Amino acid sequence: MIMEGDPFVLIEGMIIAGIAVGATKGYVYIRSEYPHAVAAMNAAIAVARRERVLGAGVAGSPYAFDIEVRAGAGAYVCGEETSLLESLEGKRGIVRAKPPLPAHAGLFGRPTVINNVLSLASVPIVLAQGAAHYRDFGIGRSRGTMPIQLAGNVRHGGLFETAFGITLGELVDDIGAGTASGRPVRAVQVGGPLGAYFPRALFDTPFDYEAFAARDGLIGHGGIVVFDDTVDMAKQARFAMEFCAIESCGKCTPCRIGSTRGVETIDRIIRGEERAGNLGVLEDLCHTMKFGSLCALGGFTPYPVMSALTHFPEDFGARPPRLEAAE
Amino acid sequence: MSLVHETDYGTPRAKVGKTVTLTIDGQAVTVPEGTSIMRAAMEMGTQIPKLCATDMLDAFGSCRLCLVEIEGRAGTPASCTTPVAAGMAVRTQTDRLKRLRKGVMELYISDHPLDCLTCAANGDCELQDMAGAVGLRDVRYGYSGDKHPNPGKDESNPYFTYDPSKCIVCSRCVRACEEVQGTFALTIAGRGFSSVVSPGMEESFLASECVSCGACVQACPTATLTEKSVIEIGQPEHSVVTTCAYCGVGCAFKAEMRGDEVVRMVPYKDGKANRGHSCVKGRFAWGYATHRERILKPMIRENISDPWREVSWEEAIARTASEFKRIQDKYGPRSIGGITSSRCTNEETFLVQKLIRGGFGNNNVDTCARVCHSPTGYGLSTAFGTSAGTQDFDSVEQADVVVLIGANPTDAHPVFASRMKKRLRQGAKLIVIDPRRIDLVRSPHVEAAHHLPLLPGTNVAVLTALAHVIVTEGLVNESFVRERCDWDEFQDWAAFVSESRNSPEAVAKVSGVPAATIRAAARLYATGGNAAIYYGLGVTEHSQGSTTVIAIANLAMATGNIGRPGVGVNPLRGQNNVQGACDMGSFPHELSGYRHISGDATRAMFEALWGVALDNEPGLRIPNMLDAAVDGSFKGLYVQGEDILQSDPDTKHVAAGLAAMECVVVQDLFLNETANYAHIFLPGSTFLEKDGTFTNAERRIQRVRKVMTSKSGMADWEITLAIAKAMGFPMHYDHPREIMDEIARLTPTFTGVSYDKLDALGSVQWPCNEKAPAGTPVMHINGFVRGKGKFVITEYVATDERTGPRFPLLLTTGRILSQYNVGAQTRRTANVVWHEEDRLEMHPHDAEQRGIHDGDWVKLASRSGETTLRALITERVAPGVIYTTFHHPETQANVITTDYSDWATNCPEYKVTAVQVTPSNGPSEWQERYDDLARNSRRIAHAVEPAE
Repeated sequence: MIMEGDPFVLIEGMIIAGIAVGATKGYVYIRSEYPHAVAAMNAAIAVARRERVLGAGVAGSPYAFDIEVRAGAGAYVCGEETSLLESLEGKRGIVRAKPPLPAHAGLFGRPTVINNVLSLASVPIVLAQGAAHYRDFGIGRSRGTMPIQLAGNVRHGGLFETAFGITLGELVDDIGAGTASGRPVRAVQVGGPLGAYFPRALFDTPFDYEAFAARDGLIGHGGIVVFDDTVDMAKQARFAMEFCAIESCGKCTPCRIGSTRGVETIDRIIRGEERAGNLGVLEDLCHTMKFGSLCALGGFTPYPVMSALTHFPEDFGARPPRLEAAE
Repeated sequence: MSLVHETDYGTPRAKVGKTVTLTIDGQAVTVPEGTSIMRAAMEMGTQIPKLCATDMLDAFGSCRLCLVEIEGRAGTPASCTTPVAAGMAVRTQTDRLKRLRKGVMELYISDHPLDCLTCAANGDCELQDMAGAVGLRDVRYGYSGDKHPNPGKDESNPYFTYDPSKCIVCSRCVRACEEVQGTFALTIAGRGFSSVVSPGMEESFLASECVSCGACVQACPTATLTEKSVIEIGQPEHSVVTTCAYCGVGCAFKAEMRGDEVVRMVPYKDGKANRGHSCVKGRFAWGYATHRERILKPMIRENISDPWREVSWEEAIARTASEFKRIQDKYGPRSIGGITSSRCTNEETFLVQKLIRGGFGNNNVDTCARVCHSPTGYGLSTAFGTSAGTQDFDSVEQADVVVLIGANPTDAHPVFASRMKKRLRQGAKLIVIDPRRIDLVRSPHVEAAHHLPLLPGTNVAVLTALAHVIVTEGLVNESFVRERCDWDEFQDWAAFVSESRNSPEAVAKVSGVPAATIRAAARLYATGGNAAIYYGLGVTEHSQGSTTVIAIANLAMATGNIGRPGVGVNPLRGQNNVQGACDMGSFPHELSGYRHISGDATRAMFEALWGVALDNEPGLRIPNMLDAAVDGSFKGLYVQGEDILQSDPDTKHVAAGLAAMECVVVQDLFLNETANYAHIFLPGSTFLEKDGTFTNAERRIQRVRKVMTSKSGMADWEITLAIAKAMGFPMHYDHPREIMDEIARLTPTFTGVSYDKLDALGSVQWPCNEKAPAGTPVMHINGFVRGKGKFVITEYVATDERTGPRFPLLLTTGRILSQYNVGAQTRRTANVVWHEEDRLEMHPHDAEQRGIHDGDWVKLASRSGETTLRALITERVAPGVIYTTFHHPETQANVITTDYSDWATNCPEYKVTAVQVTPSNGPSEWQERYDDLARNSRRIAHAVEPAE
């Protein structure tokens, strides 16, 4: 949205970052699913070059900096910073092991700063208005504002930018005004397809990285998907595993094989086969994926799965045995 | 005997530098900075479970079995990708780690066939080992779940199979193809659960760019990539470390055996030439050793038109001695001679020349280096004082600029090429000076900075032009030259190269290389950091071969690129032991260690030990022997392991010489082409059947170890001993180690060499003596062996072999990856699937002018002769230049080559022949006649076995 609406703020942020670290080349990696963003960025870069904001002497300074837009080829995992680098290098989008961190050896082996659009687009504002201005938004360690996407079964969907600290309930009930179907909100998934499902009971959670983490959730990219009381959370858990199976790069074992086994195991649970045993298997699998995966794709897939299981056990069987508390 | 076990440290050794100390499971360990936790643990004997890691490859971090806990750090980092840090406290076994590892293994096994008991890798499977190591007892997912895609077994490669159903997608094969071999033939197709190893764009292995080096097979932890021999025979039960008998790289192998049968050859990681890598020949093409065409019984015949008659060893040896004595009585002591073999061991070669000098009483001994690297010996000895390359292969890892002249290492020295490509991928610059656009000019992730596609025969002009640029543009390393070289000679040379007729602009006209390219290459060589020259037979096999070697030495001295790692002058030697054969005194004018036969003190030393007087006159070279035979003064020849009829130039002349002799004794594995003219055939042994040593292109002496009993009953050295005894010149050795002791006693550069030392150190590079007890990896470090480096003026003299109206094209010859030289061995292996015939490479322009299409039969004619073969239309060659290989006797490419040779050493001018090519529809008259002769000559009347 910001790339389509104000691409220059991103360009400015990248130039500042480039000058700060001595980089002379910047890349904007945009999913091919966002052709408008690609077009807007390319047009803005052309303008910036023409106006000599980009190029040999950035805005009359002795610094050189140029920006190139690269479109992805349809892999979700290429949002992960190291597979993004592989993709930029023209290779298969698979995750690199770290270390070395991209800051030491990144694109084509060179030191590379990788940030999301949100961070880079905030840089000009922070520098223009001062750090205090930025810090005054938000709570705790989560400072500034966040563009939040309200989607799913919600009456007022769309993008809202607001300071950290607002509660989940305020976002869903006040800003989103509940479901579009008019039925009660049963669950919301926060943070994208790998975010946790929160029930109404957790709507007092403030929109804050630490507060979400404390309740086994995540802010992620700020997406919120709303579900009403017709949702089947076992199917949602299955969907998370299926999503991981479709999008896995295939490099690490927990994600490559685990996601497929996850779908199969949840299917068995849904069919009622050895429910107790299979719930244990699923829990072990989530442990293996969460702590064994190479990157966040496999590592975060357990969030939607385990949160669905924890908060909505009734969807996984008529009378689900309570999962034993760990240790 | 048991299998030689090599520890897998999981990740490569870190560069030696600062060390750090950490604790692993409470135990302190100190390792170089940059070492992985996994390797540090293995150094102290703690094996962390792993599947995707192996120490031939960079860490990848995909299997997630090697996770560890580090005090003060969150999560469970992979020990293969996490470097050690000072004070780090690592735990490799905790309940949490056990649960994770078991969880990962459970996933692996849920997607793996359960046919362990009938699997070819049973007992040699890392997946099996790891399931045991992590204590997996149950696969709760069951086995009915989805399986990763299985495109079906690929058995297209003659030596190994690819069974995707057993693949665990560790990418070790893909990474080995990239990092170790540098071919980039493999990839992972698909993603996620659909990931599958794919040669090229979902091609078969055989149809892909795979060069069948086998690095992927070696890297595979399961049965996914398995040698067909293992599938057929089963797992080996013992192994012996030995040295490959193909090219001059000298790869060390573990011969993995089941009883007397080779199961597979596995490159030995401690091999200092190959560092655990191999090519298709060394790893797979050993089947010739048991080929049905091997001759295992001695044979004799009166005339070469008679069929062979099998006889006892006693009869064959007695006949050899009596014939040689008869000829010497009739025609004089110098009427016989012998040829030592660069395929045989140092010990065997030494004995043959000892037999000739001591037993025949003359110096008519020569070796196949005559036709390959004799100019190297002459040129480097003149400039530096040593007849050998200056570096070890490890040196290339420190080169910043690599100059490749007249060599095609990806075909002819593949393992060294892989090591060179690795360095080039790290950023070293490459200059290729070669008429052909060899693979290294542009191949995956390697591109030459400059390619100088010179006209064959203009090496000296181009190298002198490089020197012109270096001198006239002030790029000479003057302090080096003043300190290390003869300054007066340098000044003469500098004045000579500075003359305008040696400028790139002048040389561009004769060589066809643009002046700007020559200038740019010269600047890069002189100023690009450590610059190393590697060269091959495209340098030596010319009428100015020796001059070219000297021109190379001049460049290295003028720029100070000699005497330290990363630089130097490096001949890539063709045969496994061509360096050794030269070292051992195989040339008619030299005793071992390159000491002239006319030197009284040297000769006296040998005479005292051998108890015989030696002739002080140099004997005949191979071409002189053949000339003398045609003239009627040379009548008997003992040829050990060399096929001069096919390999030497001007085949018709060679045939005439052999036909004029009264007794030709051939000692070989097969009835080779030379044997068609032989009267006595003595069956030789393969490198698998005897003990000895080979010396590779880096002067590295390595053990050859007997892994199976001799199929003919005699090792080659024993045959020479028997002949010597029958000739009245008995020698006494019970084992080749005693021969090496004698070599050490008689040769100053070998005084420190013994089998005990070789066993202890693995290998040594000569000189190995009191001054260098562990050998000499890099030569001329503080001064040249001869004292001051010698600059010699290199006047370009065009070869007399010129194109004209009758023969308007220039033919040059070379080798291909899958075949080896005359092909006696490789043609008798499955390697023929890659190269079943010699082809004539021709530029599309030349082809179109003659109405020739790809695959057409063409007649190739020179003033020496003509042959026919099929055309391959390609832009690898420039217009006006054509190229072929000489691996197949049906082609007889050397019928075409001429009698021109190097002015100093008689090394034949194989690389330049003026020829014409015309469409053809069948074999030439010579080919038909020769084919008849060969068939007739190979008839064997087998001895009748007594009835049972």
